[in-house]
Formats: sequence, structure tokens, C-alpha cells
Amino acid sequence: MSSIKSIVDIPTVNKIARLARLEILEKNKQNLTNDLNNILEFVAQLNEVDTSNVEPLASVTGHKLPLRNDEVTDGNIGELVLQNAPETSSGFFVVPKVIE
Amino acid sequence: MSDFLKLDLLGASIALKNKEISSVELTNAYINAIEKTSSLGAYLDVQADYALEMANRSDKKIQQGTAGPLEGIPIGVKDMFCTKNIKTTASSKILENFYPTYESTVTQNLWNDGAVMLGKLSCDEFAMGSSNETAAKGNVINPWSKTNPMSPGGSSGGSAAAVAARSALAATGTDTGGSIRQPAAFCGITGLKPTYGRCSRWGIVAFSSSLDQAGPLTRTVSDAALMLNSMAGYDVKDSTSANISMPDLMTYLDNSIKGKKIGIPKEYTQDGISQDIMKFYESSINWLKDSGAEIVPVSLPHTKYALPVYYIIAPAEASSNLARYDGVRYGARNEAATLDEMYELTRGNGFGDEVKRRIMIGTYVLSSGYYDAYYLKAQKVRRLIKEDFENVFKNVDYLLTPSTPTTAFELGQKQDPLTMYLNDIFTVPASLAGVPGISIPVGLDSSGLPVGVQLIANSFDEPGLINVARTLEKCADFNLIPDGAAK
Amino acid sequence: MTETLNLKPGQIKGTSGIWEMVIGLEIHAQISSKSKLFSGASASFGSDANSSVSLVDAAMPGMLPVINKFCVEQAVKTGLALNAKINNISVFDRKNYFYADLPQGYQISQFTKPIVGEGEIIIDLDSENQTVVGIERLHLEQDAGKSLHDQHPTKSFIDLNRTGVALMEIVSKPDIRSPQEAGAYVKKIRSILRYIGACDGNMEEGSLRADCNVSVRRPGDEFGTRCEIKNLNSIRFIIQAIQSEAERQVDIIESGGKINQETRLFDTSTGETRSMRSKEDAHDYRYFPDPDLLPLEFSNEWVAEIKETLPELPDSLKKRLIKDFGITPYDASVLVEEKEYTDFYIKAANGVDGKLTANWMITELFGALKKENLTLENSPVSPENLGKLVGLISKGIISGKIAKDVFSEMMISKKSPAEIVREKGLEQVSDDKEILKLIDKVILENQEKVKDYLGGKDKLFGFFVGQVMKLSQGKANPGLVNKLLKENLK
Repeated sequence: MSSIKSIVDIPTVNKIARLARLEILEKNKQNLTNDLNNILEFVAQLNEVDTSNVEPLASVTGHKLPLRNDEVTDGNIGELVLQNAPETSSGFFVVPKVIE
Repeated sequence: MSDFLKLDLLGASIALKNKEISSVELTNAYINAIEKTSSLGAYLDVQADYALEMANRSDKKIQQGTAGPLEGIPIGVKDMFCTKNIKTTASSKILENFYPTYESTVTQNLWNDGAVMLGKLSCDEFAMGSSNETAAKGNVINPWSKTNPMSPGGSSGGSAAAVAARSALAATGTDTGGSIRQPAAFCGITGLKPTYGRCSRWGIVAFSSSLDQAGPLTRTVSDAALMLNSMAGYDVKDSTSANISMPDLMTYLDNSIKGKKIGIPKEYTQDGISQDIMKFYESSINWLKDSGAEIVPVSLPHTKYALPVYYIIAPAEASSNLARYDGVRYGARNEAATLDEMYELTRGNGFGDEVKRRIMIGTYVLSSGYYDAYYLKAQKVRRLIKEDFENVFKNVDYLLTPSTPTTAFELGQKQDPLTMYLNDIFTVPASLAGVPGISIPVGLDSSGLPVGVQLIANSFDEPGLINVARTLEKCADFNLIPDGAAK
Repeated sequence: MTETLNLKPGQIKGTSGIWEMVIGLEIHAQISSKSKLFSGASASFGSDANSSVSLVDAAMPGMLPVINKFCVEQAVKTGLALNAKINNISVFDRKNYFYADLPQGYQISQFTKPIVGEGEIIIDLDSENQTVVGIERLHLEQDAGKSLHDQHPTKSFIDLNRTGVALMEIVSKPDIRSPQEAGAYVKKIRSILRYIGACDGNMEEGSLRADCNVSVRRPGDEFGTRCEIKNLNSIRFIIQAIQSEAERQVDIIESGGKINQETRLFDTSTGETRSMRSKEDAHDYRYFPDPDLLPLEFSNEWVAEIKETLPELPDSLKKRLIKDFGITPYDASVLVEEKEYTDFYIKAANGVDGKLTANWMITELFGALKKENLTLENSPVSPENLGKLVGLISKGIISGKIAKDVFSEMMISKKSPAEIVREKGLEQVSDDKEILKLIDKVILENQEKVKDYLGGKDKLFGFFVGQVMKLSQGKANPGLVNKLLKENLK
């Protein structure tokens, strides 16, 4: 397993911002880059911990995933679903045109 | 101070039930208090008319003898809880016009039990912060501020400030890494983070799903018990909600703690802790000892890795949880010619700097090539941290720690994100382990700012936690009211 | 030319030699549940836009997923039917990407720990050949919503009705070597899903779609770079798309180019694949375990209970049909393709010649239904009546030729074959005297031809048979006509 050793630069910030669909203003990029590097350097402390025989922990709850019965208990609330939308038309959400 | 405001939740509840006061009177007193303390900025939205309507209904129920446990009690709600037809923004610009069509389970439980809703309380944006300074609508001022405005802590800064300033009898909060306990400590009140799974997360704006937990901020431990009695409960709508019933916490308040073992973890008393906090911490240890508890030095060896683990896991989950704020179905939208551009502008403009920073970190640690080194590593160390608690609870019943390394700081003082993160150093481990913790005020430091200590119990032992906290509360006998409180 | 003739299915003759296709399929099967995978909204749509949508599906703040038990059962059931390993612990992951019809900003899927692991199925290629296709995995996931791009010049319209509907993704190993095999594989999977009731298999309505991973290589070489053709919703398109994509890849490689691993769409109007522009972005799905859900755990006992509910599956039924009814393996494989076929056949063949019934059902009935655009479900000919028709033929009451006329009438009138035969007087004439009368008449009217025949023109025999049959309006028993003609033309 690779260990934590990474330096974020502006191209990386651009790539990550693109993945997260976040516009980052040019003037803020350097500061953000520095912040990310500081945080990543801080969390790199974890390298000190030997986790070779440790299973990852995703949830602290001890119980099993509950299963619900297959019943229609929801829906037909089109108005509520659309109520807060910035733009709708004849029951649809509307977004800028998508080209597939 | 109005006599109404002097009553704590338990006191008010008794007075209401004995019909010595009415909920309308009590609620009016709090609406006035909100106005008088408005400069603190604790409330984002005040629902005076709605509150009085609810109070009226409560008075009728009290008359009819059908009062619920919290009947007529005016409380504030952190803006992370979705409230039906009442604007819910999570203190973010991206949700500035969001009116949920549904009510969160926890707040619904409170209304079902008779509580009266005063309004929505400020917090850090999406609960990401430890000073309430990331709120889109501006700072909240700690009512304990002296000459310069101090931070109330965060993320439940509005909740803590309102309860301390007597502009809410109690408030709901959410705690992901300390967001109830740290502001409670900064504002000289009680803040309880229950066991993960105790309170339903349904209808609470998600920050980090494996950590988020709702809890009360109150003046006293009894009040916290009353609030949690109503807030907690199994919810089939939340798959992580625990189907474990909680006994009436009020019946545990005044049990003796004789023979209970209190662990003192050595990792919580390292450099950087203020002298005053250490002093009160030591007093607290002695108080518990004097109350018959056995004090046991313990070790939770992975404590120092809790913050690094937290600052990987919480941002990772947040980066995914916040993907839904895309300007399509609700919230603010920045128009653009293409869908991707619309997303980028909407999110770039709608999220504040700290939220963006965490989304960036979270996206990075989950991205291809880094997942194993960061996210998976953090999950493994999280297991070690949880095992630390499991091991220590084999030998002791509770842990006593400081709540925070320092008392409240001035607004604008901590510019560097990492310095800010270090505030949660004592609260994060319990969050990662999912165990309950409570911060109670035990005194004032040399600058006149409240000092809190934290008690931590094993999972689902809220009854015991309440019991030992109440014992400590009686010993500390902290009953000071900040200058910034409503008179 | 000879080389071309020697090409196996799935091979392509390029300018530089022979290429072989390597194909793997990802089938997305919509589970036939009433409600969605993680919400209580109805899973059947076609209704108004955004009507079958809950607040969970619309990813409102604070909404949480709760899994549908029926969907889990169907996944286990399907896994058992695919002879696959059932994983008692599986994990739901979030697959993160932004798209207008993906409200959460992630799809809940299973990445590292799927509910079903490796398995295999047998597919029939033709009347003689079968092959085994490995199953890599099966996992549960949410469907996405629907974007309409043709409603407005600059806008797309989003309907979330489909959002969150339960899908099983069944991933094959790259064991498939020809478009026809791919088609047979999909048919087989569809048949199994319909037998067990996990999915209605309706490809036109999108309940079953396939993504095809296609690459080409020299026979025996390492795998080449693959392209993924997304969202094919008919077996015909799957076959066409794979063929055209493989040919495109061969052309590129032979003209010195390189294949880019990419996602492509099949254009049904041109019959060719094209690159998907919106997917050009390098993807990084940032999978991680969904913290709103816990690991899905169940016991071996529960799996055993589900196993009890499994109906007899096509492979076993096929063996049974061959054994009990004496039909060919190929006919049997056609008859087990759909549960309804098998049920129909078993009813029809009850007490009559199984082989003849299979012939009539596969050739005549299926042909007629197809012509009339009908399905077996609404066939005017009932299984009982088809059986009776076969009985009439076997007993020699009507000839095969007359039977076709009777059958045509059955398709229209829904009457029983006996009734039609009676009404129209179509019973076969098997009376020697009756037939001899007709033979006499034919001989009398064709003296010249009789002479020619007797003079050695043997081929004329058929002519006489035809004349007698014609005279009998097709009712004469052809065997008897033959016999008596031979005796009388001396």
C-alpha cells in the first residue's frame, strides 16, 4: 500500500475542483493550494500507525442493515418535489441543455 | 432579568404544569429576549407568530391535561434541522431560499412532546467550523464577550449563544466532531452528544453521515436529559438509527456514583492546554472522587491520530453529501450555458471558503490513487481509536477530559484552518468511536470565560452519563450568567 | 474466398489476417419490485413526470436510504439461478459523479463487495452447440433519472421517475466470442430472470439493457483495448453494435491506429457506434462505502429459504422436455426460452405426439403470432386446441396440409380443430373405395400421360398423386393415394 506523500499543486487543485464541480477563482488558488498542503501534511501523521492487520471501519453501529418491505408508501408529491426548484416546466426540472 | 427567563427548562416545565405560568407568557418573554439580544446574531430566523400559536395550543393542552413532557417549552433549532415550511439554510448561501416540505424526525419528536419553536439558529456553514465564523449570514457573538467580541464556538454557535444568552430555554444542535460540546464549553452551558444512532439523522442536513449526531444544548444536565428524552428514538427512516430503547433519563439524575470508575486518559492533558482549564480539570477529578467515584489513570493510545482521521473521513463524506447542492432541484443557481458550467458557478458561488476547502480535501482523499493512502488508512486508524475506547471501557465506567484546549477566542483570531481544527482535539475521538459525550461548565478562567469539562460514556450509556454529569454539575455549582444575556 | 468460408462466428477477416472478438456484457435488469430500491415511491412509471418520486429520490437535504427487502431477495434468487456464490456480507458504495438526472450526485451501487460473486451459465448457440459463459458478479444499484433533450432548444428537461429504481447489474466474464453468442447470452439471462420473476425482461421498455465491452485480438493473443457500448436495449442492436464496433476497431488497428478506451453509443439509424461526448471527461468515481447504509448481512438459512422458492429453471426443464416428450435439444431450448412457452407446450403436448407438437408450436404457431403481432399470452389458439390439432394429424383424421388450413381458421375463429374439420368436411379420406374412384377418374382423363408413364417416364408419378389430391380437395390420405396409384398404374 502506498503511504501518504503527496504535494498538491495548482494543476491538481484545478483537477480536483473540476471533479467536485467547484469554481475556484484564480486569485484564491494559491491560498487554497497552501491550505490543502498544510492539511495533507497534518494528516500524514497517520503514516506512523501500523495498520497492517487492521480492517477498515466504515460504521460504528453494531446492528445489521434493516430491510423494509416492498410497499409503495411514497410518491405522488410532484408539487412538493418541484416546489423549491430554480426552474421547472410542465412538471420537469429544467437545466441547461446537455449534449450526450 | 425577567422571572420567566430565570427558570431553567425543568423549572419552567414544572411551573407550566402547575399552571403558575402560561406558555404564552413564557414564549413572549423569550421573544422579547431574542429582540434584546439580537446583536449577538444567534438567530437566523425568528418565528414569533408561529411560536405564540404553538404556545397557545400548549396552554390548551395543559388545561386539558394532555400535556407532553416538553409542553409549552420555547426552544431554538439549529439551522441544520429541516423544518417544514420554515426556511432552512444550514447557514449556507447555496440554500438561502430553501423551504423544506418536511420536518426532521428529531424536531418532530420535540413538537410532538409539546415544545414551542422560537426560530432557527445560526451555525457554521453546513456545520463545518469551530467558531461559527463560516456562517453565510455573519458571526455570532459569545454572550460572555468582554471588550472584544468572542466566538461562541461552533458549529452549533448560535444554539450555544442563544441558550447562554437566555434567548432560548434550550436548543438543538448537531455534533460531528465536537459541534455541540465545544460551543457549550465556550458559552458556559451543557451540551450533550448522544451515542451515534441514538437520534435519527432523517431530515438533518448531512455533513458527515458516519459521525453526525443530534443532541441538546441546555442550561443544566437535567434539562439535557429532558430534551434528549424527547429527541432520541429509533427511526425506520434512518438505517443507522439504533433500535435500542432509552430509559427515562430523569430517573437516573440523582443516583449515587459511589464506586463508579472514572478514567483519566493521559493523552488529554498534553501541551497547549491552558493553565486555567487544567486547574478546573483537576478540581473536577477531585469533585468526582469526593462523590465516591474511583479515579483510574487510563490510556487511549491512538488519541493523537483522531484529528487526522477526522479531517480525512469527515471531508470525504462531506464531499459526497454536498454533491446534491447543484442548483437543479432546490437552492441557489447561477445560470450558465452548459450544465457543468452551471454546476461550477452555482457551487463556487454558493459555498463558502471552509466548505470548499473541505470538499476539495474530501474529493482529493477519495480520488483515484489516493484512496488507500488517505481514506482507507483513516478508516483503519478509526478502528484503532474505537478499540481504544472499547478497551478502556472494560476497566472504567466513564472518562473525564477537558472539553477544549482553550476557552473562547476572539472572533477573527484563528485565520489558519489547521489552528482552528485543533479546537476539536478533545471532542473528536468520542465522535469517531460513536460514544456519547457531554460538556458541562465548571467555572470561569482568569479572563472570565467559561471552562467546560467533558464526560464520555460507553455506547448507549446515556443514563450513566447523565448521572455522573449531574453529580459533577452539583459539585461545580456553576450558575453564572453572561453579561450578554437578556436581562 | 475459401478463407472467408472458414471464418468462425465472431471472427473478422481484415487485410492483415483474421481477428477475433472478445466480448463481455454488463446487463442491467430492473427488479420487478413495487417500490424503489431505497425509497417507498412506486417503481412503475410511464405516469406524469416526477410523480413517482419521493423526497429521498429527489435527494432533498437530510433524506436517507432504506433498502427494499424484496430487491435483496431477488438478487439472491438470481445469484442462485446463475449458480453463483452468494456473499452473506456485501457493502453499498457511493459512485460519485455529477449529472442532471442523478440527484444525489452519486449512485448507490456495490463496488468492492457485491451481493453475488462468480457463477456461470450454459448458453445454446444452435441445435448442437452449447458454451459456458462465466459470471463475474451481480450487484444491486440505483437507476438514474431521465433527461429529455428534445423539448427545448437550449434546455434539458429532467424527470426523476426512474431515479432510484432497483437494478441488478450482471457482469459476465469476457468469455463471449461472437455477436451471436452475446445475443444468446442475453436471451438466456433474460429467460432465467423471467422464470424466477426477478425482472420482466422487457427490453423495449428498458427493463433490461446491456452495456457491451468489445475488443479485438489475434486469435490466442492477449486482450486488446476495449470500448464500452452503452445502453443497448434489443438483442438485434446488441448483435449489430458488437459487429460494427469490432469492425471499426479492426479498421483502426490495421490502418496503424490505436484503440482509445472509451464509452460509445450505438446509433440505430446508421448501425454504427460513436464516441459519447459527455463521457469524455476522465472519470474518477471516488467509490467509498455509503455511510448512510450499513453492510448488508444475511444468514445461510435465509439463503436456503430463498432457494426453496426457486422454480424449475430452464436448463433443468430443457432436460425434462427432451426426456419426457422426446423432442430435440434445439426445440427444447426454444421452448424453455420463456416460462410461458414451456407452460403452453406442456399443456399442448399432453397426451399427443410431443415432437409434432413442438414442430407445430415453434413453426406454425410462433410464425402466425409473429405475423399477427401477437404474443403467446394472447394467442387465439389455446394450448388445448393446438394439442387437439396435433391429435387429429396423428390419428390420420386430417393431413398435414389440411391441418394448416384448419390452423389458419383456428387463428381467426378460436374454434376447436374438430369443430372446424366437421363444419368444413375436411376429414381425411382414407377409404380405399373412395380413393380408387378418384384414381379411376384421373387415369381416364389422362390417358396420354399414363402411356408416357408406363413407357418409362417415372417422374410423372407425382403428377398423378397431385391430380388425385386436387380432386379430393386435399382430403385424400396421401399415403393411401400413393399405394393405390402404384397398384393401379400397371
